[in-house]
Amino acid sequence: MVYDLIVVGGGPAGLAAALKAYDEGIKDILIIERDYVLGGILNQCIHNGFGLHKFKEELTGPEYSEKYIERLKDTSIKVKTETMVLKVTEDREVHTLNEKEGFQVLKAKSLILAMGCRERTRGAISIAGARPSGVFTAGTAQRFINLEGYMPGKEVVILGSGDIGLIMARRMTLEGANVKCVLELMPYSNGLTRNIVQCLDDYDIPLKLSHTVVSVHGDKRLEGITVAKVDENLQIIDGSQEYISCDTLLLSVGLIPENELSNVCDIEIDKTTKGPVVSDTRETSKKGIFACGNVLHVHDLVDYVSEEAEIAAVGAAKFIKNSAAEQKSIKTKGCNGVTYVVPQKVGLDDQDKVVKMYLRVNKVYDNSKIKVTAGGVEIASKKYDRLIPGEMASINLVKSKLKGIDMDEVVFEVEGA
Amino acid sequence: MYDVSIIGAGVVGCAIARELSKYDLKVAVLEKDSDVSNGTSKANSGIVHGGYDAAPGTLKAKLCVKGNQMFKQLDSELKFGYNKCGSYVLAFDEDDHKEILKLYEKGVKNGVKNMSIVNKSFILANEPNVNPEVYSALFCGSSGVISPFEFAIALAENAADNGVEFFLETPVTAIEEIDGHFIIKSDDRKFRTKYVINSAGLFSDEIAKMAGMEDYKITPRKGEYLLFDKDIGNMANAVLFQTPKEGSKGILITQTYHGNLMIGPNAKYVYDKEDMLTTKEGLKEVSDQAKKSVPNIDMSKVITQFAGLRSSMEQYDFIIEETKKGFVNLIGIDSPGLTSSPAIALEVLDILDKSGLGLDPKENHISYRTPYIRMDHMSNEEVNELIAQDGSFGKIVCRCESITEGEIVDVLKRSIPVKTIDAIKRRARATMGRCQGGFCTPKVMDIMCRELNMEMTDINKSEKGSYILSGKTQKAEGGNEQWSMIL
Repeated sequence: MVYDLIVVGGGPAGLAAALKAYDEGIKDILIIERDYVLGGILNQCIHNGFGLHKFKEELTGPEYSEKYIERLKDTSIKVKTETMVLKVTEDREVHTLNEKEGFQVLKAKSLILAMGCRERTRGAISIAGARPSGVFTAGTAQRFINLEGYMPGKEVVILGSGDIGLIMARRMTLEGANVKCVLELMPYSNGLTRNIVQCLDDYDIPLKLSHTVVSVHGDKRLEGITVAKVDENLQIIDGSQEYISCDTLLLSVGLIPENELSNVCDIEIDKTTKGPVVSDTRETSKKGIFACGNVLHVHDLVDYVSEEAEIAAVGAAKFIKNSAAEQKSIKTKGCNGVTYVVPQKVGLDDQDKVVKMYLRVNKVYDNSKIKVTAGGVEIASKKYDRLIPGEMASINLVKSKLKGIDMDEVVFEVEGA
Repeated sequence: MYDVSIIGAGVVGCAIARELSKYDLKVAVLEKDSDVSNGTSKANSGIVHGGYDAAPGTLKAKLCVKGNQMFKQLDSELKFGYNKCGSYVLAFDEDDHKEILKLYEKGVKNGVKNMSIVNKSFILANEPNVNPEVYSALFCGSSGVISPFEFAIALAENAADNGVEFFLETPVTAIEEIDGHFIIKSDDRKFRTKYVINSAGLFSDEIAKMAGMEDYKITPRKGEYLLFDKDIGNMANAVLFQTPKEGSKGILITQTYHGNLMIGPNAKYVYDKEDMLTTKEGLKEVSDQAKKSVPNIDMSKVITQFAGLRSSMEQYDFIIEETKKGFVNLIGIDSPGLTSSPAIALEVLDILDKSGLGLDPKENHISYRTPYIRMDHMSNEEVNELIAQDGSFGKIVCRCESITEGEIVDVLKRSIPVKTIDAIKRRARATMGRCQGGFCTPKVMDIMCRELNMEMTDINKSEKGSYILSGKTQKAEGGNEQWSMIL
């Protein structure tokens, strides 16, 4: 048996993709989820702030995913939970393992990869010192508190001012823990401004910019950390070392798209996003295999994940219906302050289309402009009051403007960077 | 009264326990930590050395070469996992080349098999990631890799299956000699024994002192390591050493038995036997040195760092002797201690035999140990048969290493009790992968609660005091429900 579409992952990206594909006329869809419930990471995100763009209301994580899960009931979309995908192949085979059916090989006309991302660990950022208990990634601590009902500790320092770190500073404070400070290596926070205000400022939790953890102390449970200030080259300033006693260190030091399945399938990966290289339909380097959400690149808002998932679903639906014509495409590239651009390729044929391009910058830019050029010709630009690495920016690319230009690639840059 | 009491359940203590379990003897193993293989034996390079670099005529040379030759048989009996992948000592210039020729000569004197001097094209054909500036190498086909703690655990389990009694969390606090036998005290508990084997590793000097032997001094020598994601494990196919300088084997690059890339160790004398701290400088030294052998190691793929302590002494060679009647000291067992451990056990057996301990073979001794269930070694049909019998083998808990609930429960049911997250990690590999337990720690803890009848807040990462959770949340405690309204 061959499904029309298999969606790998039942988090926000997978749910939105499956439902959009259904709306596009694809009825034979299977969602495979490794956890016992759908919703992915949203299940442990009990704070609000989700859905402002998509639904024009403030929802909690579970409420946001519930909007999609409710809709599933009225469709013929099938779901397998507690099912691990062990492998996907370029022939669109999906190898799965679960309790009831054991090991199975499923097939589909098209696949959408929506496996999400994982947190960077202590090891990945090489914090030296002892290896006691009490060092957690912020997401693991969030799971313990919100889903299991247990506190990871009482005296807390958080490294990294990404959104999960900020949310957890507030969460742990509300649960009675003493959050001593949030440390951030960079001279700016990578979290959303609203989270800095609502999670730190409102609770008088100090944010120490240009600070990092140099060493971890304690041979059984964490007893304290040595922190230090860093200079503009992120090198430790000698003499700035300071000991902070704490029993818990939470790490919110970045997310990594989970592309182990993509790698086994030999899908081309963008070194910067650490996600697949995709076209504007979100098709990967393997025909009929699409990707969306945090497995593609890490998003700041779930609303954008849903939006991207719908783009991938439209692409997959067209592919399944054999209406996706082979087309020439042109590469996109970020430079001069733009660290990456998604999609990394844009098809050239359907020239009536406007493609929304997503990008990130390498540092803070005030009152600046993103310029898009092809073959030396400026084809789009957009002004921004403030561009920061923590917030994804977007700019529309009108395909018809590429007509007649002799070019190798479309280049995105911060003007004057 | 025990016939023999072994102090310290590192790889040497476990190897001796397993050897003694073949005979009709009452044997105890006393271990201060919550698990076997929890000291030097858990944090080392995991190499089965060829034996070419030990000084000829020493115990190190003799026992390393002998131990090396025992691994194939041991693995067939105990199934801990052994990969005879071979090793290279890389030479980058004429001077290095002269050194590896000397190593080759030493190897010949020590009786090492399967050695050859190989040229650049041979090296690069087999190890394409090695620095192309390489000049030559000493290849040794007898070298290999094991997972060091799984080896020690397998020895311990087999010993326990054959009647050896393991006492974990039993630190020795005093040793007394009365009427030709010994009383070993662990706080209020007493173990009466005819023979004492001191295989306490880093603490062997202190144990000897408790029995009145003051002449030994362990000076721990720290080695730091970096462990990488499995997806770059194939940067090294065999173990890649550098030409030794000033007596140190230098930084090595290896694919571990389970397929991760690993680099290390440096060597630094420390004063504290608990000093397992990694340092920024040390880790930089390790990565800088490793890049001389393999330049393109992707440092963004590091998943963890750790340090181990060698139980070194001023004296070069191992001390293996019955220092006083009935008291056998094993002191200064640093590298190649892991490789030598099975041969050390035979040496100790010989000492005990000569000293008058009667060795009558046990009639119902079982040489084989049932290996842990490892689904990554199974065919799809075998996997489905297993799941049909028990569905928990279809539930993945650790997604990075693809470890199922069934595989975790399996390691909890063995003859050495498993009580901590780290003990599960070393056996089932859950929490060992690229997310370092970020996703699966809560699930592993749920399984421990259910199978071992524990409370979440009682679970330790490793030793007492290394708790994971400090208590329940206010909501879970039943109070302060309004918080969840505000959030």
